[in-house]
Amino acid sequence: MKAFTYERATDLRAAVAAAAAPGAKFISGGTNLLDLMKLEIEQPTHLVDISRLPLQRIEAVGEGLRIGAQADNATVAADDRVRARYPLLSQALLAGASAQLRNMASIGGNLLQRTRCTYFYDPSTPCNKRTPGAGCSALGGLNRSHAILGASPSCIATHPSDMAVALVALDARLELLGASGTTREIALRDFHLLPETTPHIETVLLPGEMITAVVLPPPPSGRHRYRKVRDRASYEFALVSVAAILSVTGSKIEGARIAFGGVAHKPWRSLEAEAVLHGRPATLDTYQAAADAALAQAVGRGHNDFKIELARRALVATLVELGGAS
Amino acid sequence: MTPRGGTQKTSFNVNGTPHDLDLDTRTTLLDALREHLHLTGTKKGCDHGQCGACTVLIGGRRIVSCLTLAVMHEGDDITTIEGLGRPDALHPMQAAFVERDGFQCGYCTSGQICSAIGMLREARAGWPSHVTEDVAAPTIDLTDEELRERMSGNLCRCAAYPNIIAAIRDASGGDGA
Amino acid sequence: MIGKPLNRIDGPLKVTGRAVYTSEEWGVGQPLYGVMVEATIGRGRITRLDTSRAEAAPGVRGVITHRNAPRQQPPDPSASTYSRALPVLTGPEIHYFAEPIALVVATTFEQARAAARLVEVAYDVIEGRYDLAARADQTFSPKDIRGWWPTDSIIGDFDAELGKAPHQIDVTYTVPYELSLPMEPHCCLAVWKRDAVTVYTSTQIVSEARARIAATFGLSLDNVRVVARFIGGGFGSKLAVHAETMLAVIAARQLRQPVKVVATRQQVFHLAGHRPASIQRMRLGAAPDGRLIAFGHDTTQKACPTSDYIEQIGVTGRALYAAPFRRTTHRAVELDLPPAEDVRAPGEAPGLLAIECGMDELAYALDMDPVDLRLTNEPATHPESGLPFSDRHLVECLREGAKQFGWDRRPQRPATLREGRWLTGYGMAAAIRPHFQAASSAEVQLHPDGTATVRADMTDIGTGSYTILAQVASEALGIPVERVRVELGDSAFPAGAGSGGSWGATNSCSALSRACDALRDQVLAAVPDADRSAPGGLVELVAKHFPAGASATGSIPDMDKEPSFAAYSLASYGAHFVELQVDADTGEIRLRRMLGVFDAGRIFNAKTARSQLIGGMIWGVSNALFEEGSIDTRTGAFMNRDFAQYLMPVHADIPAIEAVILDGFDTRANVLGGKGIGELGICGSGAAVANAVYNATGIRVRDFPITLEKLLPHLPSQ
Ligand SMILES: Cc1cc2nc3c(=O)[nH]c(=O)nc-3n(C[C@H](O)[C@H](O)[C@H](O)COP(=O)(O)OP(=O)(O)OC[C@H]3O[C@@H](n4cnc5c(N)ncnc54)[C@H](O)[C@@H]3O)c2cc1C
Ligand code: SF4
Ligand code: FES
Ligand code: FES
Repeated sequence: MKAFTYERATDLRAAVAAAAAPGAKFISGGTNLLDLMKLEIEQPTHLVDISRLPLQRIEAVGEGLRIGAQADNATVAADDRVRARYPLLSQALLAGASAQLRNMASIGGNLLQRTRCTYFYDPSTPCNKRTPGAGCSALGGLNRSHAILGASPSCIATHPSDMAVALVALDARLELLGASGTTREIALRDFHLLPETTPHIETVLLPGEMITAVVLPPPPSGRHRYRKVRDRASYEFALVSVAAILSVTGSKIEGARIAFGGVAHKPWRSLEAEAVLHGRPATLDTYQAAADAALAQAVGRGHNDFKIELARRALVATLVELGGAS
Repeated sequence: MTPRGGTQKTSFNVNGTPHDLDLDTRTTLLDALREHLHLTGTKKGCDHGQCGACTVLIGGRRIVSCLTLAVMHEGDDITTIEGLGRPDALHPMQAAFVERDGFQCGYCTSGQICSAIGMLREARAGWPSHVTEDVAAPTIDLTDEELRERMSGNLCRCAAYPNIIAAIRDASGGDGA
Repeated sequence: MIGKPLNRIDGPLKVTGRAVYTSEEWGVGQPLYGVMVEATIGRGRITRLDTSRAEAAPGVRGVITHRNAPRQQPPDPSASTYSRALPVLTGPEIHYFAEPIALVVATTFEQARAAARLVEVAYDVIEGRYDLAARADQTFSPKDIRGWWPTDSIIGDFDAELGKAPHQIDVTYTVPYELSLPMEPHCCLAVWKRDAVTVYTSTQIVSEARARIAATFGLSLDNVRVVARFIGGGFGSKLAVHAETMLAVIAARQLRQPVKVVATRQQVFHLAGHRPASIQRMRLGAAPDGRLIAFGHDTTQKACPTSDYIEQIGVTGRALYAAPFRRTTHRAVELDLPPAEDVRAPGEAPGLLAIECGMDELAYALDMDPVDLRLTNEPATHPESGLPFSDRHLVECLREGAKQFGWDRRPQRPATLREGRWLTGYGMAAAIRPHFQAASSAEVQLHPDGTATVRADMTDIGTGSYTILAQVASEALGIPVERVRVELGDSAFPAGAGSGGSWGATNSCSALSRACDALRDQVLAAVPDADRSAPGGLVELVAKHFPAGASATGSIPDMDKEPSFAAYSLASYGAHFVELQVDADTGEIRLRRMLGVFDAGRIFNAKTARSQLIGGMIWGVSNALFEEGSIDTRTGAFMNRDFAQYLMPVHADIPAIEAVILDGFDTRANVLGGKGIGELGICGSGAAVANAVYNATGIRVRDFPITLEKLLPHLPSQ
C-alpha cells in the first residue's frame, strides 16, 4: 500500500473539494478500496473519509424512498420500508458479501466497487482496466466469471454488485454533489459505462463528485425476486443473478422489470425481455421468449459460455416462481 | 513526486480500555490490534475480507478489521475476543464453543465467536437474511439454516461447522452479549 | 480416561484468544517485518534486479536477494523430503511462478509491504510447460513412490482378463490441483542469540523443521531451536517449513534483530505445495454377480523438475477390493510449476475419487446396490500381498452406515426423485487409509505434589494432541487429568514425528504410554517392597521417595522395526453416505445430510475424534464440489489465489453431518490399540458426494470439481 494522507470529512462541500485534488479519493466502508490498495491496484495519495458525513438517513420522499449514500448495506436491507415495499433491494443486499461486510459497506461504495476479474487483481498480468493499452489477459485466459453481454475486445469484466442490479430494476436515480458544490441527478441505468475502448472509465462520475443519495421511485406493482446463482451457498459473487418484478392479473402480465447481474460491465437492465413479457400471457413460452430476447446478443469467451444458458434458465425459473406457468 | 503519508494520532477504546495511538495511516485496525496493542486474539487469515478470522465488534456490530483503517475508528468502542471472557471466566458463547468442540486449530475461532455474538444481536433486532423466506416478516425464526447463512462470513478450514452451529444454538438462549 | 469425550484442555485458551500462535510471540521484543517479493514469470532468468528504490524507502532496514544472501547448503536427496536443506535466493534462475526473489525488511509491516513493490526486476522469459492435459502423453515412470511403494503393481494378465469380463467399466477421471490453505498463513519469527537461532514457525513437525534449518545453514542441531506451540492448521502444507522460514532466519542474522515474515494469503498458493493434478483411468471387470475379476487404476500426475514428489494415488486401490487380476500404475508429467507436497490424505483423497466413483459406475452397470457391490468384493486377506489384516471392519462400517442412514430409501434409478425444483440423490463410498508409525518419544515427570508434566516436540494442529496426551498420562499414572500439564511444540523436548500422515496421536500417545510404564518401573524398583502396594499408588510413592519427582522417557521405533507392520496389513476404514439436491434449473448442488461410519481401532477422545472425522468429510465435500487451483497455462500461475476465488465450503454449504465411530482395539497397531483418523474422514467422502450427484441427475461428471456448468447441458429442459 502506498503512503497517503488522511482526513475525516465533517462537511460535504469541503469533502468534495478535497477529493477533487489529483490523487485524492473518498473512502466509505473501505471494503473495496482498501482491498485494492493493499495490492496497489488503487494508489490514492490522499483519503477523504466520508463515512461519518450525515448521509445515513433513509427517508420517504413522496411515494418513494431516499437512501443516503452513507447508509450501510445491512441497515438498508433491514429497513422496514425497504423490506415491505422494495423486497427486491433487501434480497439483493442480503445475497451480497457477508454480514460483516454488509455492516461496513456503504450504498455509494457498493455502486462503485470494481470488478473481481482475476487479472485485474494481479498486477503482474496485462489489464486494460488497470493500465490502458496493456491488453486484456482474460481474453484467452481464465474467464469463467466474465461478461457475456456488452463486452468489448478491450475488456470483458463484469460489475460485481448485487445491490446495483436490484436498483437498476427499480429505476433508481442517484443524487450527486460535484466538486464545485453543484448537484445533479442521474438515472442509475446511465451511471455505469460499458467498457468499449476505455474500460478504465467505469462511470460518469467526475473528479471529486460524490454520490450523496439513491432515490427510489414508488415501487412498481408486482412480486419481487432476486435470484443469485453461485457455486457455494453463500459469500460468493454471482455467476449470474436475476432481479425480476412481475405483475400478473388473471393470467396476463401487466408489467415486468428484469435485470441481470454477473453478465456485463454494468448492472444489466433488459428492456428487451420486459417488452416481450408486457401484455403477454404468463406462460412458459412467454418466459422462454423473454429469455431469448434478453440473451439474443450474448457472446461467450470460453470458460463463461455456460453463462448464456445459465442466465436464460435462471430468468425462466424466476419468472415461473413469480408468475406461475400455465 | 513521492507521496508523503506519515502518521496520524487516533484514539479508541478496546475492551473498555482507552488507547491513544500514533499510527502510520496505512495501518489497518487488525494490524493495530495485533502488532501495536499486542492483542493477537484477533487473527489474520486473508487480509482481504474473505475469511472472517479478523471479526471484531464495534459498538456491538460485527465487522472485519482487516478492511478498515485504524484511523477511521476515532472514538469507537471496539470489542475483541479478549474482551469477552477469560480462560477462567468464559463468556457463555466461549463456553459453548469449548463444550461443543466448535474448533480444531482455533485460528478462525475468535472470529467465529465475535461474529456469533454480533449475529445474535442482529437476529434479535429482527434483521432478515438471505434465506429468510419473506424479508418483510417482522420476526425471524432462527433455524439452523438461518444460523448457517448468517455465519457464512466466517470460514473454517478445519471445517468445524456442524459443531460451531451446535455451540451457537446452545448459547443463543441466554447469551451475555 | 482414554477415549472419554473430554473437552480440549487448550480450549479455554483458544476461545479467549489467549493461545499464542507462532508469529504472535511478543516475549522476544519488537521484531522487524519482512515481506517476500515473488517472481512474476513462470520460468526464466532475472536479467536486472534493482533494489535501490526499495532500500531508500522509509523504514527499510535491508533487502535480501540472491546477490547478498548467505551461502546455503544444497539439499541432500538421501535426507527425508521435509528435512532436506531448502536453500533460497540461490541465483537468478526462476523455476516457477512466484518463486521468492527477495525479502524486504523494514521497521513496520506497512513500510515493508510498500517497499517490497519497489524492487525492480526484469526477466528473460523461457517458455515453460504448464498444461497437464496438453502434455498427458509425455509421461515418465517414477523409479518408486516415495521410496516406499513400487511404481506399478501388476498381477496376472490384466488386459486379457478385463477383456473377457462380462461387465466392464473403462472411465477416466480428472482431479485438479488442490491446496491445503490452513487458516493461519505460513509464518515465521526468527531470533538469533550469538550462534544460535530460535525459530517460531508454524509447522506440523518440529524435528523436521529443525533439521531443515540446520541443514540449510550448516548449523549444528544444538544451535537451532524450533517452537510451535499453537498452529493454525496445516493439512500437509506445514509438514515442511518453506521460504518464509529460511528468509526470516537469514534476515534476522544479517540485521541482528528478530524478524517476522508472514506470507500473504496470495503468496501461500505458490509458497507451500499443492496436491498435483491427476488423470486417472479406472478399468473394472466384473462377473454378473458383482465379483471383480479385474481391477485397474492407471494414474498420471503433475511432477516438476525441482522436486521428486510423487503422490501415491494408485496405491490406495491395492488394499481395497478383492480381484484376481490387477493393475495399478503411476506416471508423471514434468511441468514448470511449484513443487507438489502432501495435502490431507495424500494418495487416498484423489485416488478414492476415481476408485469409488468407478465402483459406483460398475454398480449401476450391474444394476446392483452399490453397498452390496462393496460387500461382495471384501477380501479375506490383503488382495496383493496376501498378508492378513490386523483388524478390518469395513463390512460393519458399510452395513451400519446403510442402516443408520436409511440407505434403503434411496432412489434405485438415477434422476427419479424430484421434489419441486430439486432433484434428490443418494450416494455412498468406502474409505480406507493405511496406518503408519514413525519413531517418536515423549517424557513424563511425576511431581511430588501429585501433578505431572508431559513433554514432547509433538504439535497440536487442531488435532487434540494436548488433550489426548493428558488423557493417556492421567490413565497411566492414575491421576486426574486436570493434574497433567502438557507442553508441546518445542525442539527442546523429546523428538517425534509430529503431526502428519494421521500418525501423530498414535505415535505420541504410544511413546508417552511407554514413558509412563518406564516411570512406574523405575519408581517401583526404587522403593522398598513393603511400599509397592501403597493405596495411594504411584503418586504416593513419588511423594514419599522422590522429593525431586520422578521422570522417564519412552519411545517407539519406525514401523520398519515393528514386526507387526511386516506381518499384517494395517489400515483404518469407513463408509460415507450422502443425500443431496441439485437445482433442476441451474445445477446448483446443495448437500442435505451426510453420515460416516468409521473403524480406526481404539479412539483416544471421542469428542475430538468425531470433530476430526467430520472435518475430513467436509474436505471431501469440498474436493467434490468446490476446490480447484486454476493455472493460467500461459504463465504457470495459480490465478485464483485468494479465499474469494479458491472456493471452500462456508457454513451455509454444510448441513447436519454425523460421524459414528465403531468400538475397536487393534492389538497389532500399538500398545494403545489406536489407528489414524486425521485423514480418514476425507477418504472417499468426495466420491460419495459425486455418486449422489449422479443418483440425483443421471449425469456422471468425471472432471472434478463438479461445478454447475458441467451439469447444465444435461439438465432437464424447463
Ligand atoms: C470478500 C468480499 C465479498 C464480497 N461479495 C460481494 C457480493 O457477493 N456482492 C456484492 O454486491 N458485493 C460484494 N462485495 C463488495 C462489497 O459490497 C463492496 O466492497 C462494498 O459495497 C463497497 O462499499 P464501501 O463503502 O466499503 O466502499 P469503499 O471501499 O469505501 O469505496 C469503494 C469506492 O467507492 C468510492 N466511494 C465510496 N463512497 C462514495 C461516494 N459516496 N461517492 C463517490 N465515491 C464513493 C471510493 O472512493 C472507492 O473508489 C464483497 C466484498 C468482499 C471484500
Ligand atoms: S477483462 Fe477487463 S479487467 Fe479483466 S483483464 Fe481484461 S481488461 Fe482487465
Ligand atoms: S483476515 Fe479479515 S476477513 Fe480474512
Ligand atoms: S478451527 Fe481451524 S480454521 Fe476453524
